[in-house]
Amino acid sequence: MSEIAISNVSKRFGAVEVLDNLSLNVHANEFLVFLGPSGCGKSTLLRMIAGLESVDAGEIRIGGERVDHLPPGERGVAMVFQHYALYPHMTIRDNMSFGLRNIGVPEPEVTRRVQQASAMLEIDALLDRKPGQLSGGQKQRVAIGRAIVKEPKAFLFDEPLSNLDAALRVRTRVELAQLHNRVKSTMIFVTHDQVEAMTLAHRIVVMNNRKIEQVGTPIEIYTRPATRFVAAFVGSPAMNFLPVTVTAGPSGASVRLPDGSSIDTTIATQALDLNAPHTLGIRAEAVSVVSGANGTTPTTSGKAEVIERLGDRTLVYTRLGDGSMLVAEAKGDSPVSIGDEVRLAFDGSRTHLFDAHERAYHSA
Amino acid sequence: MAQTEVSTAPGQMAATAPRSRQVDAPRWSYLLFVLPFLVFFVLLLVIPLFWGMWLSLTKADLFGPGKFLGIDNYVRLFKDKIFIGAIWNTVYFVILTVPALAVIGLALALVLNRPTRTATVLRAIFFASTVLSVTIVTLIWRVVLIPDMGLMAAIYSWFGAKSPSFLSSAQLAMPSIAVATIWWCIGLPMMLFLAALQQVPREIYEAAALDNANRWRTLWFITLPSIRRTFVLVIIIQIVMQFQLFGQAQLMTQGGPNNASRPIVLYIYDVAFKRFDVGMGAAASEVLFALILVAAMAQYFVSRRRGED
Repeated sequence: MSEIAISNVSKRFGAVEVLDNLSLNVHANEFLVFLGPSGCGKSTLLRMIAGLESVDAGEIRIGGERVDHLPPGERGVAMVFQHYALYPHMTIRDNMSFGLRNIGVPEPEVTRRVQQASAMLEIDALLDRKPGQLSGGQKQRVAIGRAIVKEPKAFLFDEPLSNLDAALRVRTRVELAQLHNRVKSTMIFVTHDQVEAMTLAHRIVVMNNRKIEQVGTPIEIYTRPATRFVAAFVGSPAMNFLPVTVTAGPSGASVRLPDGSSIDTTIATQALDLNAPHTLGIRAEAVSVVSGANGTTPTTSGKAEVIERLGDRTLVYTRLGDGSMLVAEAKGDSPVSIGDEVRLAFDGSRTHLFDAHERAYHSA
Repeated sequence: MAQTEVSTAPGQMAATAPRSRQVDAPRWSYLLFVLPFLVFFVLLLVIPLFWGMWLSLTKADLFGPGKFLGIDNYVRLFKDKIFIGAIWNTVYFVILTVPALAVIGLALALVLNRPTRTATVLRAIFFASTVLSVTIVTLIWRVVLIPDMGLMAAIYSWFGAKSPSFLSSAQLAMPSIAVATIWWCIGLPMMLFLAALQQVPREIYEAAALDNANRWRTLWFITLPSIRRTFVLVIIIQIVMQFQLFGQAQLMTQGGPNNASRPIVLYIYDVAFKRFDVGMGAAASEVLFALILVAAMAQYFVSRRRGED
């Protein structure tokens, strides 16, 4: 029920700066995801909120109360670890009760909360077992149950799904979303998996290299990435990037691709430095393979080198005339095959431009 | 379909390759690999074990086994008050040293289990005594305990008291040997506990910190259960080692005063190599062997019964 305010937080490990003057507000009852590559500092930030890492500068408040000087247990947060961190010698019941007993919760209340949480997570049959007798998925549920019984102000998840197999990961992901609907609590979830981030988050915090690159809803992050890093990191296949020159066109910037063809985009030219080199960013779904017969004017053409058939759509890795590679999308039943000369139509209204500082400009 | 093929495959194999052997059949040629070890194991351990048992049933001297006596050696042994006293002395010594070694070793490990330079230096210092020979250790402790001039005498004199003569007092001789032994042997338990502590995943401690466990509850509910196996190991190793007390008693008190600090091994040594009654010495050895075995097994089973991981 509590919001978390992180202000001007920095963290160093010896000479290595891990987080650099970072500020962020997590709304009450929000499901926030920290997304970023390994080593970007997302886990460190989560651990600083939990109290497992000290804060070198700045402050952290949970529900208005400053907590960065408090030990982990007194911050009112619960954490689910990547490797579960269950106490191996305790039964599941004791694992879940331990935190409550430590703060002197009366035994009937402990029993009630453990029963309620285990029923919610369907682990009531496992209560008298030990962690060693459980599967990975069951352990993960117990770890979540251990967090739930504490009725914390906020839940912190440190890559909790990365140890599960693919099918279980998808199922647990759905269950986590349902759990959030049920317990209505602030949740922060760390992951490097963009699908987890896109599907679970109210808002995503994309982190890279000690800094926050962008904070936004999944759709904002996907459609209006703030930087080239965000554009490249989010989305599968990754966004296509081509070096281009920019001129003023009829509806916005007109860009010339390295192979000489040009696209009219709807990106406003006012903010652009037309003399500077730019990078065009365009997702595969905005580059379609056209036959030429359906009336769409192709922008350029190239040779199909790799074809990925995903069922609902086909990804065509195309080598353009100048040697650059571009991923385009064709229909699921597209007859295109390797070595074919394909014609590509670019959707100018779904383009992005990145300047030399990697800042993004989007189509209107 | 695929399953049918798989299940018939071994039969087909057998038909086409009748000389192929079963996978789990023993291959005696592999014995060659363990033979060198086996030879030494049998020569140096198995044969002496049974030879000792045989000797204990004969009137043996240093020239070899003599007349078969049955259990006469054992009867004589248990009628010997000095031997009975030696058993009690040894048990007393084990009770004095083993729990202390385990507890102090654990305490040192808990304190020194941190990645600081000071901790590393202190670890080396506490382990250093272990590498000393028993001669040096007893020499040091005799200097400490020597009446009127030793370190203890000096400490007592600060308080205006006169130190007791530790090694010539029937009450204090064995505890003094125990203290010297703990000082000498503390390194190994400490190292074993340190190794065990470093195996406990850090995440579990972090979970405990988030679970509001104070230091005492963390020690009691997280650390100790996590290193339970090492605790059992340390206790068993120390039981086996301390039951074999010999050098310290021989060099510090020679079993005195009036046999008050005579352990079983010193008794065996005196009987077998000073009185040349090897048969009786062997019988005493078998009793010691049985004692160690029973104590170690008891410890093992007691700790096993208390729930498995």
